[in-house]
Amino acid sequence: MINVVVIGNGMVGHHYVEQLAAAEVEAHITVIGGEPRPAYDRVHLSEFFSGRTAKDLALTTREHYAEIGVDAYFGDPVISIDRDEKKVRTESGREFTYEKLVLATGSYPFVPPVKGNDHKPCVVYRTIDDLGNIQAQAKEAKVGVVVGGGLLGLEAANAVQNLGLETHVVEFAPGLMGVQLDAGGSAMLRRKIEAIGVYVHTSKATEVIEESENGAGRLLMKFADGGSLPTDMIVFSAGIRPFDQLARDCGLKVGERGGIDIDYHCRTSDSDIFAIGECALFGGRIYGLVAPGYRMAEAAVSQLGDDPIAFHGADMSTKLKLLGVDVGSIGDAHGKAEGSVAYTFSDERIEVYKRLIVSADGKKLLGAVLVGDCSDYDTLLQYFLNDIDLPANPESLVLPYSVGEAPSLGAAALPASATICSCHNVSKGDIVASLDAGSCSLADVKSETKAASGCGGCAALLKSIVDHEMAARGLEVNTSICEHFAYTRQELFHLIKVGCIKSFDVLLEKHGSGRGCDICKPAAGSILASLWNDYVLKEKHVGLQDTNDTFLANMQKNGTYSVVPRIAGGEVTPDKLIVLGQVAKKYNLYTKITGGQRIDLFGARVQHLPAIWRELVDAGFETGHAYGKALRTVKSCVGSTWCRYGVQDSMAMAIYVENRYKGLRSPHKFKSAVSGCTRECAEAQSKDFGIIATENGWNLFVGGNGGMKPRHADLFATDLDDETLIKYIDRFLMFYVRTADRLQRTSVWMDNLEGGLDYLRAVVIEDSLGIARELEEQMNSIAGSYQCEWKTTIEDPERLKRFTEFVNTDAEDDHVVFVQERQQPRPATEDERLQLLAIEV
Amino acid sequence: MNNSVILCQQADLIPNSGICVQVQGEQIALFYLPQENPQVYAIGNWDPIGKANVLSRGIVGDLNTRLVVASPLYKQHFDLVNGECLEDADFCVPIYAVAIVADQVLLTQ
Repeated sequence: MINVVVIGNGMVGHHYVEQLAAAEVEAHITVIGGEPRPAYDRVHLSEFFSGRTAKDLALTTREHYAEIGVDAYFGDPVISIDRDEKKVRTESGREFTYEKLVLATGSYPFVPPVKGNDHKPCVVYRTIDDLGNIQAQAKEAKVGVVVGGGLLGLEAANAVQNLGLETHVVEFAPGLMGVQLDAGGSAMLRRKIEAIGVYVHTSKATEVIEESENGAGRLLMKFADGGSLPTDMIVFSAGIRPFDQLARDCGLKVGERGGIDIDYHCRTSDSDIFAIGECALFGGRIYGLVAPGYRMAEAAVSQLGDDPIAFHGADMSTKLKLLGVDVGSIGDAHGKAEGSVAYTFSDERIEVYKRLIVSADGKKLLGAVLVGDCSDYDTLLQYFLNDIDLPANPESLVLPYSVGEAPSLGAAALPASATICSCHNVSKGDIVASLDAGSCSLADVKSETKAASGCGGCAALLKSIVDHEMAARGLEVNTSICEHFAYTRQELFHLIKVGCIKSFDVLLEKHGSGRGCDICKPAAGSILASLWNDYVLKEKHVGLQDTNDTFLANMQKNGTYSVVPRIAGGEVTPDKLIVLGQVAKKYNLYTKITGGQRIDLFGARVQHLPAIWRELVDAGFETGHAYGKALRTVKSCVGSTWCRYGVQDSMAMAIYVENRYKGLRSPHKFKSAVSGCTRECAEAQSKDFGIIATENGWNLFVGGNGGMKPRHADLFATDLDDETLIKYIDRFLMFYVRTADRLQRTSVWMDNLEGGLDYLRAVVIEDSLGIARELEEQMNSIAGSYQCEWKTTIEDPERLKRFTEFVNTDAEDDHVVFVQERQQPRPATEDERLQLLAIEV
Repeated sequence: MNNSVILCQQADLIPNSGICVQVQGEQIALFYLPQENPQVYAIGNWDPIGKANVLSRGIVGDLNTRLVVASPLYKQHFDLVNGECLEDADFCVPIYAVAIVADQVLLTQ
């Protein structure tokens, strides 16, 4: 058992702990973090202001560390290392001895040495605590300045803009993102972010920051060129400096400009001490991205085992969205290599800039810059990383389609070592191995390898590899819904719609064979309902429905049914609640509150269902569609009406949304929730679509799921007004209804869409397919023709004939027997039933 | 047809779906498929896998040309002609000979 102490619990430090805990090394791990909380996702820090909470950003918990046997201490930074005694000491005086020590101390924000940089409204952007400061300062501010026009500066600018402040970026250099972009790319980026209302000031050296005496703003920034800028707060985000003080103090070798010197094995000048992440200096370079930090952590862990791997530096290519602008940078973006030639494409009309840097012989890609359109990034990165020969006219890789179809880099051309997902370090070989091991769909590969589940940027490439590999194995994916139809659900949907088909018999005659089955019949029934919204128990539809749809109730294990009336948004009057109680009592029903804020009544015999519903309908209840592949509930908190923290009326919105989409038949059930503030009490992020109130409107989340495979919903659009919100949901749902596979929840559907979330945004928000109006109209027509199926049923004596156990006698199924438990009925077990029978005899 | 028992009226049947009758304590599921010959099929209502009287409430169709009903509980298919469970040959449900005579559904043996 080796005793390892890890100083620092940032993303890289945490990755080290996870890797070591999972490795086949007997180690006792102690983690000491300076921040008061366990590791969190610093990369997505600015999302804190668009709805994410500290909890959402967390990468681990104290409990999790305890579970895997890691001793963890937070909020107590290490202040000294004694290399002779092999001991570290914390601020509060705790001492820990180590055999191996890992420094993952990270970095701190660089604050330019400007006079006045310590005024109160001057803050930095690095930690969750910093966000709290920024938020506090922003409260009384109208204008915010970010000092720093690099990657981190623009991230901070995004945060400031999300807080609703007039946002300025002040940069010392002549251009934005000077490290990653050339002058042309930088200029295009500037143009684009100015268009969204961010003021950019370049070549500005701040000389002094003064408290404003009168006039606008709390502070006044004075620049070397004589200009000045009034502001209420200043965020310094002008780069990072390695946090190497501990290493300096104990005499480890550090670089001239900071950073703890490490070798290929991530060892410092003391062979028992490792350094990883942004505090480490490798080959004279600090790697300020998370992926290289992870690779260092993995290399350092491997040194404790039998199979050490080396860290050889890392590619710093990056693709990201800054202030809504797609930016990509690959390799030698500035074309510094001798003899290199550049191709540049710039279109100011659509604000897209692309530049390729190619070797002198035109054969290899050395670098690239992309602004405004990163769709070529994946392909270019593969050319670059794998040293693949470029096509004869490299410019075709970035020219718009009208000039000629870009030659696509086939999945076959990539070597097995090609990194496809850099977030999770998944290579093409890993994907192939996952398919070899039995994965047989894109979704399987995603969940198996985690590929495309980080930033999602590689989704399209991943899909083409999976498709190609499956085809290569002769695995034709049979997408036929069943033996009666050689079509997918989506294709059936089109056939029914285009052919105006109104019944299963016609569908079968025109497009199918045989008699149908329990797979295609309900699917067709659902599509017919989605398109034409007919009463589901019309004679021609009867045979298509699952028993739950036939009897408009949920069959339970003993053949009885449960009844769930709609309680929109979970709001119910005392009178209606009393009726539920009375009905349950009268028909001896087991009663339980569901997770979706409604009430489920169990144990109804089929012949009692109409009488039960007669009473419920008379009291004003409607069917809850708990039996259907349809909208279940829209969960809600009480919102601004009652809650001290609520910022919008979530209750009214939930009721409106539930009433709008009730009855819509879809490929699978779907759920929703509305929260009145970011505390998210309604758990909207676990729903197919979730709505969270903001100061300015609503944030819409999509693709969430609870259940067997929980998935957090993705933030889809922010600060929507009521009308836009409903419009987007209409389009989203109808697009899902049209294109999803049978029994495919929105989360899986979305993961399987080529282009994933971005594609969905393009369809729903930008109307890239030109179908938005049609989707809305279809939804309007369905919402307009809603009928409560139970109300229709109890008014129709013909239909009611169906609700009987036996057509030839009023006898009851004697196998259905209940016993009492906790003052309520429940189905008897087989033993209990036999005992009861014996007593009766 | 001396020994035949009247189960129900033809009008009680539901096209392309099932209903249930009880005769001397036995529950019989009747399926009416107007386009087939014969048009009516009878098997036991007891689902031996789901252990409840529910087969009359399943969806009917065909698999590999065999007429079947799918249990509404766990979706196994039972052959309407010979009672076999397609997924698990260990399970079989009773079958009954029935016929439609003069608008009535008769158990013929």
